[in-house]
Amino acid sequence: MQLSRDQLLSAYRSMRTIREFEERLHVEFLSGTVPGFLHLYSGQEAIAVGICEQLDDHRDYIGSTHRGHGHCIAKGVDVKAMMKEIYCKKNGVCGGKGGSMHIADLDKGMLGANAIVGGAPPLALGAALSAKLLKTGGVAVPFIGDGAANQGTVAESLNMAAVLKLPMVFMFENNGYAEFTAASYATAGSIEARAKAYNIPAVTVDGADFFAVYEAAREAIERARDGGGPSAIEAKAYRFWGHFAGDPQRYRAAGETKELRENHDCLKIFADKVTQAALLDQAEMNAIDVEVMQLIEDAVAEAKADPQPDPESLYKDVYVSYN
Amino acid sequence: MPIKTYREAINEALRQEMEANDRVIIIGEDVAGGAGGSAGGGEAAGGVMGITAGLATRFGRDRVIDTPITESAIIGMAAGAALTGMRPVAELMFADFIGVCLDQIYNQAAKFRYMFGGKARTPLVVRTMIGAGMGAGPQHSQAIYPMLTMIPGLKVIVPSNAYDAKGLLIQAIRDDDPVIFCEHKSLLGDSCEVPDEPYTIPFGKAAITRTGSDLTLVGISRMVKFCNEVADRLQKDGISIEVIDIRTTSPLDAATILESVKKTGRLVVVDEANPMCSVASEIASIAASDAFDYLDAPVKKVTAPHTPVPASPTLEALYLPTPDKIEVVVRDLLEY
Repeated sequence: MQLSRDQLLSAYRSMRTIREFEERLHVEFLSGTVPGFLHLYSGQEAIAVGICEQLDDHRDYIGSTHRGHGHCIAKGVDVKAMMKEIYCKKNGVCGGKGGSMHIADLDKGMLGANAIVGGAPPLALGAALSAKLLKTGGVAVPFIGDGAANQGTVAESLNMAAVLKLPMVFMFENNGYAEFTAASYATAGSIEARAKAYNIPAVTVDGADFFAVYEAAREAIERARDGGGPSAIEAKAYRFWGHFAGDPQRYRAAGETKELRENHDCLKIFADKVTQAALLDQAEMNAIDVEVMQLIEDAVAEAKADPQPDPESLYKDVYVSYN
Repeated sequence: MPIKTYREAINEALRQEMEANDRVIIIGEDVAGGAGGSAGGGEAAGGVMGITAGLATRFGRDRVIDTPITESAIIGMAAGAALTGMRPVAELMFADFIGVCLDQIYNQAAKFRYMFGGKARTPLVVRTMIGAGMGAGPQHSQAIYPMLTMIPGLKVIVPSNAYDAKGLLIQAIRDDDPVIFCEHKSLLGDSCEVPDEPYTIPFGKAAITRTGSDLTLVGISRMVKFCNEVADRLQKDGISIEVIDIRTTSPLDAATILESVKKTGRLVVVDEANPMCSVASEIASIAASDAFDYLDAPVKKVTAPHTPVPASPTLEALYLPTPDKIEVVVRDLLEY
């Protein structure tokens, strides 16, 4: 399916925003100004953007992972409010009480990054059930790493989604490593085959190829909206950084990440494809790059300047009402 | 007023709330039963104890959803549906099964509102069966509400009779926070007067089931029944016992307990749960902290021992607090 110029520019802007957001955060984290743990999404942008560009704010939901910044940006969560949240500041998306691993924005259909590996797929079942019962035409998309693929919650969710024929797309991101252990060691068989065992249509795509992800997602979303039930996509992914920011990555051979950045960079692959097909000019993308750089610069400056949460907010919002 | 069982009261609360609000749905294992079976697929169970009987037939399987045996997915799906517009009542058949889905309760549903900066509402009810007394053994008999009571973000309900069960369940379904509703399996057949019309009982408001002046007995769930029995026995000897049914462990109505202890000067807490880090310990701690000057005797607990629940009816009877055991402790304390 041919995307319009606007769609292509939007996708490029989203992927570039994620990349700059994450690369800048890596720098800031090493400088010691960011509290907590960070898990960076650099290298996997085409997966989040390839599917989220086809989802609606108000009726489609995603459930995310500990590596969730990219999913949030792709789903339209405000980048500046996200940065403030990662700095745990007062005006962050979650008022500083969630942090990097819990950015959520229900108005944007974002059910939350999730610090529990395999935590989100059952919640996505619920969003899909709501969509089905309320007849919104909505779809729910849990993102699932190769590590989470081994959690029981994922097996339970695949089965439940198939049994109840829920409108879902299980988006597996196989970046080859669960923390510091390779998928080749820890993930038996194939993820695609696991989904197929539940009679869920499944395909494997190159997660560095935006167009491959987009096309697989398009078919899966269409099937879900048409009442055809869940689908699964296994996207081969490339994690440019370690498990967390600051990970010395002793489990990786020298030169592995350099090779990934040279040969599996979704932004480069996207730019090559659209310029070769004369769909976009490099100059247009360069102009977006400049805008994105400024946005991230401003987001970091505003996050650093934002006040700390009010002390009394410690006690607020445990309950809607405690009576 | 009509007499109804605890089981019937819960069923009636569910039916009336489902009639009142299309967004109220039931999710669980065999909540209808019979799906796909050779008998034709009609409702075949209504829950393992028949509590949801008739609801699938009345409201359809889209609203009374039979699931696979898959507790993490049941609780998670209900939590996700609650976040996105529904008011699900999930059934966790036996509370013991919380071991396979606790993450979805305490890391997910309980924390949404706080960790999302106050933007989330999670109108989720988890109905679950607690308690010993049926010889059901170590993995089907536990009273695990203490471990849920300690989790901020949850409300934990422990109805001791049919009237309370109906009013507290309707409150739970209308509440916008996640609620764990603990039904005691040994109370299902107990009956009392229950109005036909819907009504609510507020959370965090204990009931004084016997008024008295010599000693305060605080009971939880089935233990309230035993406390009332002890109070009635001792009344014949001229001993005046006040019995408090806390109704909800979170929020906990400390004020009513303290007021009573300040009046009687003596407190015994009766709890079917294991004794360490329990609701009974918490109540004892509150009395020691905030009513110390009024106490004429040490605070005592009558609880299960620190053991699993045995299957043997002989051992289970030893395990459980009973009216006789409570009476011994009460008489001793009155002599102090």
